[in-house]
Amino acid sequence: MHIVIKLFGVPLSCPITNSMNIWFSCFLFIIVTPAHIVRLYDRFEALDKEKTGHLRPQDFGAINRLAMNPIGDRIIGAFFSPGQETVDFHSFVRILAHFRPADKKHPKDPSMPEPVNSRTSKLKFAFQLYDQDKDGKISRAELLQVLRSMLEMQVTEEQLESIADRTIQEADLDNDDAISFEEFRKSLEKVNIDHKMSIRFLR
Amino acid sequence: PLRRVLLILPFGTPLGGVYKERTKDAARLSEFNGKMLLVSWEWSYVQTPYIIAIWILVASVAKILFHFSQRFTTVVPESCMLILLGLVLGGIVLLTSKKQLYQLEPGLFFLFLLPTIVGDAGYFMPARLFFDNLGAILLYAVVGTLWNAFCTGFCLYGVKLLGIIDQKVQAGLMEFLLFGALISAVDPVAVLAVFEEVHVNETLFIIVFGESLLNDAVTVVLYKVYMSFVEVGPENVQTADYFKGVASFLIVSIGGTMVGLIFAALLAFITRFTKKVRIIEPLLVFLMVYLAYLTAELFSLSAILSMTFCGIGCNKYVEANISQKSRTTVKYTMKTLASIAETIIFIFLGISAVDKSKWAWDTGLISCTLIFIFVFRALGVVMQTWVLNWFRLVPLDKIDQVVMSYGGLRGAVAFALVVLLDAERVPAKDYFVATTIIVVFFTVMFQGLTIKPLVNWLKVPRATNRKPTINEEIHERAFDHCLTAVEDIAGLNGYHHWRDKWEQFDKNYLSKLLLRKSVYRKSELWEVYQKINIRDAISVIDQGGNVLTSARLSLPSMASRASFPEVTNVTNYLRENGSGVCLDLQVIDNVPGAKVEEESETHHFLAGNLYKPRRRYQSHYSRHFMTVGDHERQDREIFQRNMKSRMETFKTTRHKRHSHKKDRKQDLNDKPRRNVSWQDKDPVVVTVESEDEKGEHLEPEKEEDVGITFVARKVPDTPKERPKSVPAGLEVCQSPSVAPPSPTCSERNLPWKGGIGTLPVCVSMEATKIIPIDLQQAWNQSISSLESLASPPAFMGNHVPHCLTHSTTEQSPNHTHQLRPSNPLSSATSPSRRRVFISFNNSGSTVSIDSDIHYKHTHTHTHTGYWTNTAMMILRKYSEHPIMSTLFPI
Repeated sequence: MHIVIKLFGVPLSCPITNSMNIWFSCFLFIIVTPAHIVRLYDRFEALDKEKTGHLRPQDFGAINRLAMNPIGDRIIGAFFSPGQETVDFHSFVRILAHFRPADKKHPKDPSMPEPVNSRTSKLKFAFQLYDQDKDGKISRAELLQVLRSMLEMQVTEEQLESIADRTIQEADLDNDDAISFEEFRKSLEKVNIDHKMSIRFLR
Repeated sequence: PLRRVLLILPFGTPLGGVYKERTKDAARLSEFNGKMLLVSWEWSYVQTPYIIAIWILVASVAKILFHFSQRFTTVVPESCMLILLGLVLGGIVLLTSKKQLYQLEPGLFFLFLLPTIVGDAGYFMPARLFFDNLGAILLYAVVGTLWNAFCTGFCLYGVKLLGIIDQKVQAGLMEFLLFGALISAVDPVAVLAVFEEVHVNETLFIIVFGESLLNDAVTVVLYKVYMSFVEVGPENVQTADYFKGVASFLIVSIGGTMVGLIFAALLAFITRFTKKVRIIEPLLVFLMVYLAYLTAELFSLSAILSMTFCGIGCNKYVEANISQKSRTTVKYTMKTLASIAETIIFIFLGISAVDKSKWAWDTGLISCTLIFIFVFRALGVVMQTWVLNWFRLVPLDKIDQVVMSYGGLRGAVAFALVVLLDAERVPAKDYFVATTIIVVFFTVMFQGLTIKPLVNWLKVPRATNRKPTINEEIHERAFDHCLTAVEDIAGLNGYHHWRDKWEQFDKNYLSKLLLRKSVYRKSELWEVYQKINIRDAISVIDQGGNVLTSARLSLPSMASRASFPEVTNVTNYLRENGSGVCLDLQVIDNVPGAKVEEESETHHFLAGNLYKPRRRYQSHYSRHFMTVGDHERQDREIFQRNMKSRMETFKTTRHKRHSHKKDRKQDLNDKPRRNVSWQDKDPVVVTVESEDEKGEHLEPEKEEDVGITFVARKVPDTPKERPKSVPAGLEVCQSPSVAPPSPTCSERNLPWKGGIGTLPVCVSMEATKIIPIDLQQAWNQSISSLESLASPPAFMGNHVPHCLTHSTTEQSPNHTHQLRPSNPLSSATSPSRRRVFISFNNSGSTVSIDSDIHYKHTHTHTHTGYWTNTAMMILRKYSEHPIMSTLFPI
């Protein structure tokens, strides 16, 4: 059994599986165009080696290039909500939907809840990559961890610390030696987040 | 073949002429039968360079004049004014000599003027932005230019058939296509000149400008192909020739790019090894980039492509390899050359227009051309954008398209190409030349003049001239990693995937090959961090440093973090004052290890304690290290400031030279080979940086460690302890007139000092700890008389808790001299205002000279040798100075 979706007039077929209900929920809740869902679904199934309909951290770990990514682990972590060991297709798409470019043609409907690809949600996603203990603040230690993974081995601990100090100093408005989300947002005020945190194919 | 002819054209005659004239002069001289002429008129000898120099002077003066009126220049683009000036000048020349002597020679243009502009553009091209938009740029450059060329050519032919263009214009389809090809290309010079003043957002700018650079290949190929078609005659063109044209396009474009990249790699590789000859670095950059252009031209490839890619490719590695000074030199020289070239191009465009022989006016042709290029440009942009927006993350909206269409300026390239046409083969050449001039003038002047109001009216997002903060730098890097990860998770080999792959490749292979070791081991983000710090420091100093005068600020730095609780004070203070500047001038060694630690402290100590900022040095600050005479000037400063109050006789620089000479003589005794004076050496000093020696020459570094003269100790001694610690090596040194201070080891490492290092080091680390109490008082008294004299705008008391003269510091912050027995590191690390504390062992008594030297170091380890040297010079002066003998009778 297949469902046929038209993309630019080209029919694409998609197998209907057990997780069809999840599939439809995506239609209902997330505004990702169907063609991408099809594609993501294929990818999801490819990652899901044991065909359970759920992805475990190991499944993500199997992606080779991700192992080389300095913050790969954090991004994998972002897919799993606290306390959850697995991620289903719904959440999978929902997380990836953060990276959709904002839709300029359809202006935001104020009555609708904040879309997942809004500037704030994108920033929140980035923020939680830093904020591993989920206390709403990027502490110096947390920033140091990220810096350490992002910078090459050549940098000394002292250098790291001075960068971290400087970074916090710059963003920290209330002098608590940590960056809150509000401060994080402020420090990136001039950056076009929609450009920097979007991937075209998810449009 | 296209431009090969040009080589001979412009310079063959004049240079040959010069030579002939010279021999003629020699012959004429002999005719005078050996009679000696006191003054003779040698115009023919200097003519060519003289005229060139005069033209450059005229161009520069014109530039200066235009910028007198701020209001005027904001409305009228410089290029318009220059063309107008050219018209006027051309008129004058025409009136005086009845015939136009000057015009924009294609040879001169393609071989000298254009490369300077393209080289500058390529080298300073924002690489990330360029490659982010490479797809769009390529589409517009290739498809857009082809579209423009064909449509304009065919439509002109059609209009000709309709009879709108006069019959006098003898041109067939091929001629019109040829004309269409050369008139259709957007010109980099014009685009740069106009867009740089408009300040549209970066994406828009890079697309239009990138297109103007990359369409060169298309133009060259079309021009060549049509030329050959015109030569053989349209009826003889075979189908194979069209395919040859396509193949030629591929070869010209890809070949040009490859040549550029090869030269980029070569250049980067060469700059790996210039550590000892810093002075040659800027020259190398210019040479190689220019050679990339010439080589491409040599193989009749696309020279602009070659140069652009050479610039883009080498920039990252070259900038990392060469010294800060060389970077500045490259930057300013490139900008100067490009600016002058641009000025000359526009002036000569104007002059070229005033030439009777060029005026073959045909209203039909001109108006049709104007309409067609505008219409097809707009159409092409709209259609291509429509396609492009399917694939772009950030679609180009309507406003962007309007600006892109309107910004399709034609310029000097088209003019030079049309002048190159062979009048015998293309009978309508004169008409084409006239039309091209009108088109260029129209686009540059009319569109250039109106694009600014248009951009304002359309509310096109402008470029922000803001430099990213460290937060943005870090987070954007994180975003990049994030996007790569997401693409990997989504199983997509998208843009970020490939960018990441390239970065890996670059890190693992290219950088290893092309960067010198010491640079390779540095982290990019760390460099960025330092750059931002320096920028802040400079901006604070540029603001006059007044922010810091009132409050005694302790800025958070690594070493002081433990000792000073008020870490956040600075930021708070700065924030309250609304300066928005965050100062953190800490200096930290790049290389870990205890061995380097002390040495680096010394470095920072010296490098940080530079001459105090003064108002009149501000301009010099903003472009740090541009002035070569800096060193000398500062010496004079210190010298004069002190001597004024004490010894009127020592004001003159003559004395200084005198003392220099004395030193030199003594030096000569040591080393006869060294026949340069101190002043002569100054520029050389500048080029030496110790940073590189770190990785590659560990041994001398170590030596430096041991023998370094100027010491800041980490743990401050209590004053009581100091007099007790009498150093062993004190007796080594005699009176300064007998034995000059021996060069420190860092000096010994300097190239011109090689081999002097055999003298005993008379200034020991230990010596700095000693200050006899009685001397101290004497010194203090003499100093206090100085205080009112020179009052630098800003001074920040150092935090030196255990210092003997601590109270003095607090009471009179404007000291020029102070006695400082010993300087704990805490004073060295207190940022922005630092001092050099030079201790000099003078036959048993230790003189401590403390001078405020403004903060101007840009890199942790740069200029250590330089500053050590400066310190030594100060010492030498003082050692010969009577004041020394009065204060410290031997």
